[in-house]
Amino acid sequence: MSTSSTVLGAGRLGIGVLRLGPLSVRVHRRGLLVCLLLVAATLGAVLASLVLGDIQVGLPRVLLTVFGEGLPVEELIVQDYRLPRVATAALVGVALGMAGAVFQTISRNPLGSPDIVGFETGAATGGLVAMLVVDAGVVGTAAGAVVGGALTAVVVFSLAARGGSDGLRLVLIGVGVGSVLLSFNSMLIVSVNIYDAQGAGVWLVGNVAGATWDQVAVLAPAVVVLAALALLLSRALTMTELSDGTAVAAGLPAGRVRVVAGAVGVAMCSVAVAAAGPVAFIALTAPQVARRLTRASGPNLVASGLTGALFLVVADHAARELFQPRQVAVGVMTGVVGGLYLAWLLTREWRSGRA
Amino acid sequence: MTTTEIAPARVRPERRVVARGRGPRVVVLAGSLVVLALAVLASLMIGRQTLAPTTVLAELWRDGGGMAGDIVRGLRMDRTVISLAVGLALGAAGALMQALTRNPLADPGLLGINAGAAAAVVSAITFLEVTALRHQMWFAFAGAAAAAIAVYGLGSGGRSAATPMRLALAGAALTAVLTAYANGIALQDQRSFDTMRFWVVGSVVSRDLSVMADALPFLVAGVVLAYLVTPGLNVIALGEDTGRALGARIGRTRVVTAVAVTLLCGSATALAGPIAFIGLTVPHVARYLVGPDQRWVLPISMTLAAALLLVADTAGRVVTPDREIAAGIMTAFIGAPVFVALVRRRKLVHL
Repeated sequence: MSTSSTVLGAGRLGIGVLRLGPLSVRVHRRGLLVCLLLVAATLGAVLASLVLGDIQVGLPRVLLTVFGEGLPVEELIVQDYRLPRVATAALVGVALGMAGAVFQTISRNPLGSPDIVGFETGAATGGLVAMLVVDAGVVGTAAGAVVGGALTAVVVFSLAARGGSDGLRLVLIGVGVGSVLLSFNSMLIVSVNIYDAQGAGVWLVGNVAGATWDQVAVLAPAVVVLAALALLLSRALTMTELSDGTAVAAGLPAGRVRVVAGAVGVAMCSVAVAAAGPVAFIALTAPQVARRLTRASGPNLVASGLTGALFLVVADHAARELFQPRQVAVGVMTGVVGGLYLAWLLTREWRSGRA
Repeated sequence: MTTTEIAPARVRPERRVVARGRGPRVVVLAGSLVVLALAVLASLMIGRQTLAPTTVLAELWRDGGGMAGDIVRGLRMDRTVISLAVGLALGAAGALMQALTRNPLADPGLLGINAGAAAAVVSAITFLEVTALRHQMWFAFAGAAAAAIAVYGLGSGGRSAATPMRLALAGAALTAVLTAYANGIALQDQRSFDTMRFWVVGSVVSRDLSVMADALPFLVAGVVLAYLVTPGLNVIALGEDTGRALGARIGRTRVVTAVAVTLLCGSATALAGPIAFIGLTVPHVARYLVGPDQRWVLPISMTLAAALLLVADTAGRVVTPDREIAAGIMTAFIGAPVFVALVRRRKLVHL
């Protein structure tokens, strides 16, 4: 395995080609380094989350327990409680980060994220209807979330499509549609008894506490498959950042790419919502941070997914331990921090004279 | 999406600067008052037990007993009074906000002002165990004011005025943070959560009419300030430089308007919880009917907003057979399609 750097003039700096026998992949060098660092950081956060807590389990014991050599009490804490929770956080983070990257690329607007334009709210509506109206189980709730997210995306995109597709128009229409869905969600919450309402309320804020291996077993393959699909579309998505005319001239059906990528993105964020509820702001912030780290063009799917995973694992650990003896839902942490980030993004924009 | 860069106003030689809308404005105002009266009557008539208009009118004049009298003078009267007050306040607040920010998308719900009030109220319930509605009102005020300041600060750059987009997005950011915070607190505690889940829906069903007496002075003060500031807002509509050249005191107009908006939103939210979209949509209808002159837009916005809230509340009583839908949810269902239609227009309405 050798990395031969082929410097092809301006704009292509830092692109290397990775050759493996007959296969070769173009690699953005800084991007690759960032991704490796993100993997390391995420693994570190995962281990920290397994070790630290109300009951400390030393790192060697954690590793032994993960490989099935622990004491019963360690098994209970690490295997049954902390590990599935951390795994869910990481998987949901990957899904939201990637979905955010896809939609921000499609809408050419950092605010075109599924958490801003109502897709996550729509998925939540679907989940709530399944949970409270149909009284479906976990699987039904997940299915409801996927259907709800897909329907919302269809509505928002079709409303935004006419009269000139415009990133900002999409954002505002999404905000409008999202508001109606929020009202609808509130209506569902007040229409049931307090116990059901509280359970739904916790889910509605975004929560990975109490995640089980059964959930992980469904979530992991779904995220892996969708992530692979998204990566296949990555090059084409990068091209859609050009103007439509340029993309078409380059032989790329920009519209079709957007539709397919959009479908994958909606599926991703709906799966995430199904697993953890509509966690706010990961989809918005992760791609933005990833892009600033890699300084690469295009959607930066891998880096965005890894950033999302890192964020959500850290946020969940904070939600678990910061307010001991109480715990808050992870969505509370991401909502507060992410909202502040969005505010900062806006202030930066007006300083640089855009917007 | 166009930013609302105001084209240089064509100031005609004669005194009338603003364009006229459709039809004589007095007629429009009279018409909207008639609509409001009909909405009040409907609100007193319609419900699980629908009464004839003659019965309602008769019960209003005489102090008879019987079931019809209890229905009309009891809960329905309270709801109607609160809807009127809240609707007036929201209509006025929406008109003021849209004129001040020259932003067709300004609305207390979208701009996070309601969320500010909600977060403050939830904090008061949870941390200070404030149970009396009349005390919660003060927190609603404080939260609304803080959120108004925050969103305007975020949405407007140092030199540039706040564009509609930036304000809407700043409002989204603020709403998200405050909602996450309020949820985080409420979920810790069953009593808070139970209170909050009903509060955030926005309802004109009062459990305590003494709040009305507490809120009324603020509401009246807000309306009075709103009227005082209308000429100044008309000048702002010409663009800041023109306004300054004409000798307007832009800064003072802004401050007074912001105070009026806070009083109006704060009292409306204290009375009924967060009710979105009314303040957003009604001023557009008013401007469509009478043109951009604030002196007319304001009263017509107020009457039509009150009528709309009454209609929303009344419809919510009968739209499903066995349970009521709160007014705040009905307004979102009615108002959001209008919002989407506004955004889809090729050009946002110039203010």
